[in-house]
Amino acid sequence: MFAFTVKRILQALFVMLIISFLGFSIKHQFGDPIRDIVGIQVSVKDREILREEMGLNDPFMTQYVRFLKNATHGDLGTSFFHKKPAMDVILAKAPATIELVFAASLIVMFVSIPAGIFAAINPKHWFSRVTMGGSIVGVSIPVFLTAILMIYFFSITLEWFPSYGRGETVNLWGWHTGLLTIDGLMHLVMPAVALSSIMLPLFIRLIRSEMMEVLETEYIRFAYAKGLKKRRIRYVHAFKNTLLPVITVGGVQLGIMLAYTILTETVFQWGGLGFMFLESVERSDTTLLVAYIIFVGAIFVIVNTFVDIIYGLVNPTIRVSGRK
Amino acid sequence: MKQSLQNFKDSYLFYSFKRDKIAIISFAILLVLVVLSFSAPLIAPYNPYDAESIDIMNSEMPPAWMEDGSSEFLLGTDQQGRDLVSTMMYGMRLSILIGLGAVMLQAVIGISVGLIAGYLGGRLDNFLMRLADIQLSFATMLVAILVSAIFQTMFGASRYNELAVPLLVIIIGIAEWPQYARTVRASVLGEKGKEYVEAAKVVGLSKVRIMFRHILPNTMSSVLVISTVQVANAVMSEAALSFLGLGMPVNRPSLGSLINAGFEYIFSGAWWITLFPGIFLVLLVLVINLLGDWLRDVLNPKLYKG
Repeated sequence: MFAFTVKRILQALFVMLIISFLGFSIKHQFGDPIRDIVGIQVSVKDREILREEMGLNDPFMTQYVRFLKNATHGDLGTSFFHKKPAMDVILAKAPATIELVFAASLIVMFVSIPAGIFAAINPKHWFSRVTMGGSIVGVSIPVFLTAILMIYFFSITLEWFPSYGRGETVNLWGWHTGLLTIDGLMHLVMPAVALSSIMLPLFIRLIRSEMMEVLETEYIRFAYAKGLKKRRIRYVHAFKNTLLPVITVGGVQLGIMLAYTILTETVFQWGGLGFMFLESVERSDTTLLVAYIIFVGAIFVIVNTFVDIIYGLVNPTIRVSGRK
Repeated sequence: MKQSLQNFKDSYLFYSFKRDKIAIISFAILLVLVVLSFSAPLIAPYNPYDAESIDIMNSEMPPAWMEDGSSEFLLGTDQQGRDLVSTMMYGMRLSILIGLGAVMLQAVIGISVGLIAGYLGGRLDNFLMRLADIQLSFATMLVAILVSAIFQTMFGASRYNELAVPLLVIIIGIAEWPQYARTVRASVLGEKGKEYVEAAKVVGLSKVRIMFRHILPNTMSSVLVISTVQVANAVMSEAALSFLGLGMPVNRPSLGSLINAGFEYIFSGAWWITLFPGIFLVLLVLVINLLGDWLRDVLNPKLYKG
């Protein structure tokens, strides 16, 4: 197990190295730190001096090593637009995205688990059929369309929910949260539902198929034969064994959800990381763009490594044969 | 020709197609959509690329059956005064073309990698599959968005817009090849030990020939199944990128950029610019997905239906 863990961590570090290298190449090729600092009114000669001083004429690899060194201290350069360290900008925007992902995950959990279990236990019931049919339609609807239609119906026509922004936030030890005010929660409802809509079909199907498989196994039959109550068999014995694959898939999907926040946040003008990323593309704020890529890359790598290690702990065969 | 047609009619594939109502309906809808979009230059009432046919005075007209609608524009007009029916037909053509192109690119990369990794095995296999694993662990959508953002920085916005079609094909192709590589590798591993491969080796055929002429045809059923789903995915990715402004520009709109353009006008009540392209996009993706599901069940009956 120790060797497996070390191997996984080494691999994670290697991936981070590749990501940082890609990120740095983009920055090196297309970003212009001089422009970021001085603007247009400085002469070419002064620029050259500044360039030399900042070490921008050094060989590529020297600069890359310097970039890596700074990155390990959390310094990913200065954003051209915000005039602040890129890391500060990202950390200031992160709470909004985390709250959105958190709320969406809660919705996914509380809807998909009951619906999936129900569909597994009563496959012929009309509700199960509608759910399964609905899930394939759900997969085919892009998240931004769901979001726009929700805005049209619930904000413009019915005026139930506000259509953009985060609403009123409370500063909680530096963390600006919208979860504690009614206004903030009202703003959260639609983005969270829209974001959860992409994950729901997948999870309902997954839980249903896992549960059906477990219900066929010997030990469940034995439990019936022993005369245990139906309720106990289904919700304690069967459900427990459904959860394992769901958790591992869920861990990976959490990262994927982060990707979809870009779309959701754009529609709802949600001031989080995804919205910031798109703005940085439009403003060609290369430093911030690269910082985002590295930050999100790191989150993905960490989540995946954790999921792998947990999976390795639970399922020893993985350690020997590699993943899946 | 006649013989092969007869063969097809007698095949299990056609037999199960005839018995599956959902498959027939999906196929019919797909056919209508494809014909509509590819014959757009012939049957569309207006040409949205022709600046002269567009009158800004006609902008944001509602569909014909509504109060201010005009019978000239059946589903209304967009913010530039383009007829929505024609623009959508042209847009869908772009969406389908980009989707097909991207899937072809993915297939070429993915199948080659899958064949090489599966057949040659060893270190190369390990390396290639790790690469695929790592890329898959990032969502394909995220990879596509990041790559297109990088391309846009690289080329500059106006050049990017000019080259949008080939670039989108490349972006989506790069983002989704691992799906193919994994599937093909899995079937290659199944085929590798079979007798006909042994026989081909004994005869002294080259590795390349064995891989591409002998093993590849036998992995085709799984390739076909994922290809259908991948086309749907590619259309979806293209729409998402265009919606973010990283795809097709507004003067050559695909369904995604139409939705994006319409979104700005939804607050003034012009819902049709968003809703109609949205419906067509969902319809297109849905019928392809349904056909993919059906194909998976037919070609691979052992597969667990989840």
